Parts: sequence; C-alpha cells; structure tokens
Amino acid sequence: MLRNPKRKHSRSDLSNWLLVSPLMLVLGLFLILPITTIVIVSFWNYNEYAFFPDFTFDNYAYLLTAQVTVDTYLKTIKFVVLTWIFCVMVGFTVAYFLAFHVRSLPMQITLFLICTVPFWTSNIIRMISWIPFLGRNGIANSTLISVGVIDEPLEWLLFSDFAVVLAFVHLYALFMVVPVFNTMMRIDRTLIEAARDAGASGWQIMMNVIIPLTKPGIMIGSIFVVTLVMGDFITVRFMSGGQSASVGRVISNEIALLQYPAAAASAVVLLIAVLFMISIMMRFVDIRKEL
Amino acid sequence: MSKAKKMTGISRRSVLKGTAALGAATAVTGFPTVWAQNIKNVTLRQFGTGVSNLNDVATQVKKDLGFTLEMTALDTDSVTQRAATQPKSFDIADIEYFICKKVWAAGNLQPMDTNKITNYDKIAGTFRSGKLTPTSTIAQGTAPHTVGFVEGPNSRTFSAPESGWMTLIPTIYNADTLGIRPDLIKRPISSWAELLNPEFKGKASILDISSIGIMDAAMVCEAMGEITYGDKGNMTKEEIDKTMAVFTAAKKDGQFRAFWKSFDESVNLMASGEVVIQSMWSPAIAAVKSKGIPCVYQPLKEGYRSWGGGLGLSANLSGIELEAAYEYINWYLSGWVGGYLMRQGYYSAVPETSKAFMSADEWGYWYEGKPAQDEIKSPQGNVMEKAGAVRDGGSFLERMGSVVCWNSVMDENKHMVRKWNEFIAA
Repeated sequence: MLRNPKRKHSRSDLSNWLLVSPLMLVLGLFLILPITTIVIVSFWNYNEYAFFPDFTFDNYAYLLTAQVTVDTYLKTIKFVVLTWIFCVMVGFTVAYFLAFHVRSLPMQITLFLICTVPFWTSNIIRMISWIPFLGRNGIANSTLISVGVIDEPLEWLLFSDFAVVLAFVHLYALFMVVPVFNTMMRIDRTLIEAARDAGASGWQIMMNVIIPLTKPGIMIGSIFVVTLVMGDFITVRFMSGGQSASVGRVISNEIALLQYPAAAASAVVLLIAVLFMISIMMRFVDIRKEL
Repeated sequence: MSKAKKMTGISRRSVLKGTAALGAATAVTGFPTVWAQNIKNVTLRQFGTGVSNLNDVATQVKKDLGFTLEMTALDTDSVTQRAATQPKSFDIADIEYFICKKVWAAGNLQPMDTNKITNYDKIAGTFRSGKLTPTSTIAQGTAPHTVGFVEGPNSRTFSAPESGWMTLIPTIYNADTLGIRPDLIKRPISSWAELLNPEFKGKASILDISSIGIMDAAMVCEAMGEITYGDKGNMTKEEIDKTMAVFTAAKKDGQFRAFWKSFDESVNLMASGEVVIQSMWSPAIAAVKSKGIPCVYQPLKEGYRSWGGGLGLSANLSGIELEAAYEYINWYLSGWVGGYLMRQGYYSAVPETSKAFMSADEWGYWYEGKPAQDEIKSPQGNVMEKAGAVRDGGSFLERMGSVVCWNSVMDENKHMVRKWNEFIAA
C-alpha cells in the first residue's frame, strides 16, 4: 500500500481483468452467446424442414396478436400464482418448524435432510407417480369410495389444473423451504426474546419480527418457484393430460415441429416476461443484503 | 428462398459424396460374402418410432447378418426432428412417408437403387403404383407412392412412381381407426362421429400429433356431416378452421379426458379406463389386450386413416456401411421381420415373404381375416386371441381397401399447426 501508487494501480488493473475473465468467459459462452443466438434466430424464417436467415417480424407479429398467446400466458400465470401461494404456505410452515420448534442443531440438520429425500429421484418420476394415484380408478378415488365419502369417482383429480398445481407444489416446495429456513436460522433469537419482553403476543412476533426478517428468503424462494413454473412444459403436459397449454408447452411444440424461429420468438417473449416479473419481485427486497 | 438454397448447400454436397460412393460400391453387390468378415465390425444406427424399433429385430440381425444394429425409439415429432436436423446421428431412418415429404428436401437421406433390392417386384402395389389392386382408387392425403420415388440418385424432387430410385423402402403400414373399450361402452360403434358423442363426455381422447390428429379430426367432422372436404389430405384454411372449431367446442364442453402423444400414453389411458374411445394404433390395442382388458380396433363405416413407414438411408452412408445397409434392407424384406410385425397386427410391405415365417393359422387370422383355428399369440408368446376369433375389420384387402386417407403434410401446414396449438391451448 505504501509502494508507488501508479504502478500498483496498473498492476491491479490487469489482475482485476484477469480475475473477472473466467467469469466473463463462462457468462459469455453459456449465457450471452446462447441468448444472442436465440434472439437472432427469432427473426429468421422457416418452412417444414428447415429454417434460414432472414429478417422477418412474422414470428413476433403472430405471437403478439394471437389469442393463443393471451390464453397460454393467462393459464401460465394462473399456475404460477396458485403454485406460489401453496409453496409459500408449505415452505414457510416447514421452515418455521425446523428453525424455531426443533431446538438441537443435529436434529435440525437431520430433519432438513429428510425433507430432501424425495428430491433424490428424478422429478419426472415424482410427477408421474401421481397419475395412478389420482386416476379415475386410482388409489385416491377407490379409497374415498370405500370410505363412503363419495359415490362416483372424482374426475377432476387427474388431468386437470388441480393435478398440475398439485404436482408443481410437490416438485417445487423445497425450493421455498431452503431459502426460508436459511434466513430464519440467521434471525437473532434475542430479537424474539426482546419482543416477548416488550409484551408482544405470539402472533405479533410472527407478524412484526419473523415475517419481515424472513422476507428475503421468501423472495428468493419465490424467484425459484416463479421461474421454474413459468418455464415448465413437461409437468403441464403430463398432469393435464395434454389438455392445458403453458408457454413452455407452446415452445416445446414449436420445437417438435421444427419451427425453431417461432420457438425462439416465443422464448424471447417469455424471457422478457420472466425478467419483468423478477424485477418487480426484487423491488420488495434487497437481495444483496441477504447474500 | 434463395437463402434457403444457400443454407442447404452443405448437405447437398454430402448427398453427392454419398451417391458417388454408392456408384463405386455397386460393383461388388453380387458378392456380399466378400464383405462377410468386415461387415461383422459394422454398426448401423437406426432410429424411428417405437412401433418398429424393436430389440428383437436387432438381435435377429446380429444372428442372421452378423453386424450390429443400434436402435433408438423416439416419438413421432422427435423422429422428424432428428431426420431433418441431425444427419450425423443416424445411418438408417425408420420414418413415415408423410415425414419423408417434410424432410427429404433437407438432403439428409439418399435414395436407393431398386435394382439392388431383391424383393422389389414383390413389394405391395400401394408403395409402387399406388394401387393396392389394379382396380383400387387412390386415397386422399400423402399416399406413399407419391413420395416414394425421386428422379435420380441426386434428386430432391419426387417423381412419378417406379423411377428406380426409392426414397424409403416400405417396411410396415396399417389402416388406423378408433380403439374402444367394448366392456365399458356396451353397444356397437360404427362411425367416426362417435368420438364426439356426448355420451362419452370426459372419456374420449385424440392424439396430439398435429399432422395425424387433424386427419382423425377430419374423419370425425366428415362423419358428423359438419364439414365436407375437398381433400382431407390437403385442406384449405377454411376447412382447417372449421375442423378445429368443432373440436375446440367439444374440448370446452369437456369431451376429452386427455390427449396423448406417445404409444405408451395411449395404452395407459385405455387400460386404466380413463378413456373408452380414442384414436389408437394397432399394437397399442394388442398391448391393452395382453393385459387381459377387452379392447377393440373398431372398423368404422367411413373407412380407415392409413399410414406407412419405411427405411431411409442416411446421406452419410458409403462404402461397407452402405453395403451393410442394403443387406439389412434386403433381409428386412425377406420375411422374418414381416412375420414378426404381422403377428402384432401390422402389414408387411412384402406380404408373400412373411408367410414363410408365420403358421398357416397365423397367416389366416392376420392376413386373410379367417377365424383363428387355435390360440393366436403375440411375438412374445402372450395369448392375444382364442380359437374362433376373427380379426377386427377382416382381411388385408378388406382393411387396406377401405383406406380413405393417408397421413399427410398439407400445403397449409403452418396454418394447421397454429390452429392445432390453439386447440390444445383452448
């Protein structure tokens, strides 16, 4: 620090560049380049078997005027909102239990690991196992009938929006549990004691101490859940029996039919929509402070 | 379009390369034994839909021909995708004729010299002149013979039949109709219109592969008397819009339980009783039946929707691999595979040769539509029918003779796909 400040400056300049270059390289290669490609291809034209360079707004023109776009976005947002509500409820409850009710650290770690056990299998398997369970003659319906709760099998259990949201919550609840648990563990316990000493009830502690301090965790979890659900196509396809369309499914259909430029245009619009949603969510919380 | 040409230039060059090698290789065709030792080291990579990409075939190839055949089974859309965009990933493409219409122009396949196909003359008329029997009329849609030949070894233009350069060597084909669960429907079904009958509300399904689904939908709309088509295989925009409007209305009324995209999904929907009437493929019916669940491939008075598949050679094949591929194709048409597939309910492109690999009873049941004398078993040995049973729809000529349209690619394909997507999203 006491050496020639000029020399030091130029050296640190170089080493700074060297230090960030791996990151730049990785980001450039695996983020900027693919996205640029997608944006470029979205202006190309296509026919049944090939796509070729062009500069056409057709893909966007159709996408932005078609009723199908509005329908799929509304549907996707419906899935996002429902999934998010249930994931927050489940995630917050589980994390709260782990952080505040379980006292010993080894126990907390053990229970936390148990939460992750279902996630050791592929998410496709976890999703598909719902199908025989919820089917017309599935376990759920036959149990309900034998208990006498219902006479006719419930049709809406499977191949419905209910099934889609159920699978989403099952698949993504952990993404909410982890960050919420993480922030809860960092809450200074003396704050809760102080609140109690000041005469706050359990409910008041929850509303005025725990929830505000957990907000960053909830927001990080929400970003996970929202982006995962916005981009999903396979869960929607299987659980709705192919009858609901999300934005991701439209893209996957377009890819399957070799309409890459149309798929690229849809992907660009989806990316913008997701970025927009995340930028709104970021307004509620300072993520930097959390990390 | 000039830009399109520019882009495909590279693959055209590889076609030229492939065909040059083909010319050089012709000299040794008569003597496959020369290659016999080397050919054992050859591995051919084949891909296609689950219907014919069977491991039993690969095992038999190893036994009969000595070389290795690697099979990849994909769904219909992925098959198209791979044939059009990943030419290096395969040696043999097992694709449908309507897909061929789409992907041939991409230049990833090379035509085959019919002189090198031993059983060429015995291939069913449907794939050569287009006529099953000299008096048959040709059905609507992409009939196989219209995309079965090109003008020459380097050509990308489909030509009049029997030019001597075949795009695909026909392997299997069938007449498709609706599958039903007779035990749950409990009454005779005789028309495509039944798919949208409110009686089966929440218990119907249609396949979500746009190019095939639209044809089933058209069969239904025509049978209902809602729409009269000029050509179901090449609809106008208005016809497409009307067809999808009828189906969208039905979907909104909750007519459909689900849509399926792969073979297994259709089997599961039917076997679990989620669906009682749906578009279906023949081996899927067999799969449901082999679980002991009654399922009928119901012949309908309006006729069948048909499809055909064939083997195409990658443009990258040359030299010994190309020879092996020809040997494989000749072996494919020589009967063992035909017999195997016919016992699953498909038809072989060269029915005569399959006969030698089937018992007289099997031949009578599957091909001639005669009552079974004894139990009819699947290739895996499961009992499929008891003595006395008659095949749904009857004999080969009755079934294939009642085909009214082929799976197709329409001129308004882009519009159709958009409308189909809107239907799915509705």
